[in-house]
Amino acid sequence: MKKKRIVTLAVTLCLCLAVLWFLQLLLMPKYMDVSRDGALTGEYYDNAGNNDVIFVGDCEVYENFSPITLWEEYGITSYIRGGPQQLIWQSYYLMEETFRYETPKVMVFNVLSMKYDTNAATGSSTQREAYNRMNLDGMRWSSSKWNSILASMTEEEAQWQSMFTYLFPILRYHDRWSQLTQDDFTYLFQKDQISDNGYLMQVGVKPVTDEHVERPLVDYSFGQTSWDYLDKMVALCQQYGTELVLIKAPTLSPVWWDEWDQQIEEYAQAHGLLYINFLDYQEEIGIDWNTDTYDTGLHLNVYGAEKLSRYFGEILAEQCGVPDRRGESQIAADWSEKVKTYQERKQTLESANTQS
Amino acid sequence: MQFTSFGFLLFAAAVLLLYYLIPKRGQWILLLAASYFFYIWAGVEYLFFILLTTVTTYAAANLMGSRLAKQDAYLAAHKGELSREERKGYKAQVKKGNRVWMVLCLAVNFAVLAVCKGLIIDPFRTMFQESGLSFLTVGLPMGISFYMFQSMGYVVDVYRGTAKAEKNFFRLALFVSFFPQLIQGPISKFGQVAPTLYQPHDFDGKQVSFGLQRMLWGYFKKMVIADRIAVAVVALKGDEFTGVGFALLGLFYAAQIYGDFTGGIDITIGLAQALGIQLPENFIRPFFSKNIAEYWRRWHRTLGEWMKDYIFYPISVSAPMLKLSKSAKQKLGNFGRRLPVYIASIATWFVTGIWHGLTPNFVVWGMLNCFFIVLSEELTPLYEKFHGRFHLKEKAWYGAFEMLRMFVLMNFIRACDLFPNVGDYFGRVGSLFTTFNFSILWDGTMMNLGLTALDYGILLAGVVLIFSVSLVQEKKGSVRELLWSKPAAVRYILLFALFLVVLLMGSYGIGYNASNFIYNQF
Repeated sequence: MKKKRIVTLAVTLCLCLAVLWFLQLLLMPKYMDVSRDGALTGEYYDNAGNNDVIFVGDCEVYENFSPITLWEEYGITSYIRGGPQQLIWQSYYLMEETFRYETPKVMVFNVLSMKYDTNAATGSSTQREAYNRMNLDGMRWSSSKWNSILASMTEEEAQWQSMFTYLFPILRYHDRWSQLTQDDFTYLFQKDQISDNGYLMQVGVKPVTDEHVERPLVDYSFGQTSWDYLDKMVALCQQYGTELVLIKAPTLSPVWWDEWDQQIEEYAQAHGLLYINFLDYQEEIGIDWNTDTYDTGLHLNVYGAEKLSRYFGEILAEQCGVPDRRGESQIAADWSEKVKTYQERKQTLESANTQS
Repeated sequence: MQFTSFGFLLFAAAVLLLYYLIPKRGQWILLLAASYFFYIWAGVEYLFFILLTTVTTYAAANLMGSRLAKQDAYLAAHKGELSREERKGYKAQVKKGNRVWMVLCLAVNFAVLAVCKGLIIDPFRTMFQESGLSFLTVGLPMGISFYMFQSMGYVVDVYRGTAKAEKNFFRLALFVSFFPQLIQGPISKFGQVAPTLYQPHDFDGKQVSFGLQRMLWGYFKKMVIADRIAVAVVALKGDEFTGVGFALLGLFYAAQIYGDFTGGIDITIGLAQALGIQLPENFIRPFFSKNIAEYWRRWHRTLGEWMKDYIFYPISVSAPMLKLSKSAKQKLGNFGRRLPVYIASIATWFVTGIWHGLTPNFVVWGMLNCFFIVLSEELTPLYEKFHGRFHLKEKAWYGAFEMLRMFVLMNFIRACDLFPNVGDYFGRVGSLFTTFNFSILWDGTMMNLGLTALDYGILLAGVVLIFSVSLVQEKKGSVRELLWSKPAAVRYILLFALFLVVLLMGSYGIGYNASNFIYNQF
């Protein structure tokens, strides 16, 4: 009798947990149609292992660099671990997590997120919970994810109890049942690959019409938290023998102030790092702001991204010594699949763009 | 640590687990440690207040207790030597001495309570802040009205000899601070709680299960109903909602406060039950009341009993009142005979009002309750004649009508809570007869109260469920016992379904304003 009761209880418990797991899958946003960049973090794990270059940063990396072009032109294997408004501590913990899966030769960090600190005088805004979710929910569980959550929680959720909602996302998305769409059922167990090695392709063209103007700041100094995480990045890369390259993508907004640039320049010099502000090389890259942006200069489209990647690939190959892997058959076979997917996606998007 | 927070659930689960794992004689000590942890979590600055109440209660009770013990010993030793008058005189002397300790203890504690309550409202708050005493305006210490009334009731009981003075300071400290009931009661008597509070408990699957089920039901009422409708209650307080708008406010507020307060009490009693501790019931389906006196025997009944035992009876049977009763009866007949009762009622409802808050609306709220109770009492002979003439009491529909009448009347009185400015409140009440505003029911206004059509659907279904459960309880007794008699699969499915409803439809997390329990502020 007792045994029967225990079995009944155990079966019930398992069934309840299965229902909860199913509901959690159903209620979590899929990021397949809307806010697609929320799906980027989770896509990495299927592509981890053989990348010589890893990018971390916000939309300025996943919208502006094309790993496929780097492969096609230079045989460089790379992946972009980018996320919408990815904050520097999130970039750091993604770097830390990456080293669990692979040890790239070069780690590229886009420095725009240095401005997002708690210091309001630097013009930073406080992070938004929605962006945190898009960056963090896709990460696999590890101490890096745990620490990234702790570092990222907003004022609104800044209490230890919010950690439960990251541990069990159903507690965060519990009321999405009233907003479920067909996508939530279609992508319940299997999601589409929306990026090309972390690159989120855009084919539209929306030229720059006006100069981007922003109000000057009272104080241009970056916050201490940002500096601390940059120091940690340097130390982490040194520990694994990986070269850290600092970049600033060539987008026009948000404005990258000269005062900020100078601080990064000085930091890079002091730490023996390569720092490239691509805004200074727009002509050499060949960016045409009439054709190479899809949103008036905030991000590049695929044509601009390919140009920028060609330019950066040369630096990676020549200055950083990233090898050409096109001669390695297994890798080449994998990448030829990726190239095919990339071309098909480009074609599909272009024809859709033409029709619209 | 709110009852609805993940932290509290984790804390309660840890306490429950440890409680049944440690040696049984240590269970009450664990509860004491957990209660103080819970209290300190709310704010270490409040610790002083609960310690003050505990120490003064312990000191007064034990001083009185030892004097009573000495009295008993003296009387036993001199049994044959003292005359009846001498014994009486000796007892009166001891009682007089004890009264000093009791009054001193009550005075200190109620003075602290009055200051704490006074300092959360203007103009006192501003006065203290401006005079450099802002450190005193720390806010109302958590649960102060509840644990203080409970403790003072115990002091009076020891004085009266109806409760024994607890000699173990730490056991008394647990009675004062027992964490499930610290936030919003119920206000228990020492004799009601002590037998199960300190007793060692074996794990009893049924009791633990019943306790957890009741907690779940409490979370449903609080998070699915009360917290969902709260936004509409706030909106309906707006100046533009007169006439039907005010009636709706009364209706929505009834659902909110019922879900909030009874939900919180379900969580309290359920958790205590899971720990093997029996707390007194605070609500017995109050909306089934047919008259206002019955309503107050069903709603927040532990407060009502406290007021009856320690305010109403002492006043109504005091020597001056008995004297007044005698002389008033000669001049005013039966009404005169009842006059002391009415005076005691006014005093009781005045105290009940200010227990809820020191703003004028709570005094008015108390007086309105008192007025209708007295009116109902005075009209009783008339009602009886009327009922006798038409035999209405035998008809089922008339019973339903009486309940509905009481529900509407209480909605109208209860809404006074929401208007610190009494003039505003009476203005709204007046609008019921002047500005009907029926159009708000169909002109789209209902969709601008912060609730969607789906929210209304959930609220309606929730209220129907609560009503159905109450009906079953009223007719057949415990719903949990009924469930227990069903096959395990049926039980599990129903409970898991309720759990899912709370999980998916509860108002919690980002995007929702985590609302505190309404009675936390009292």
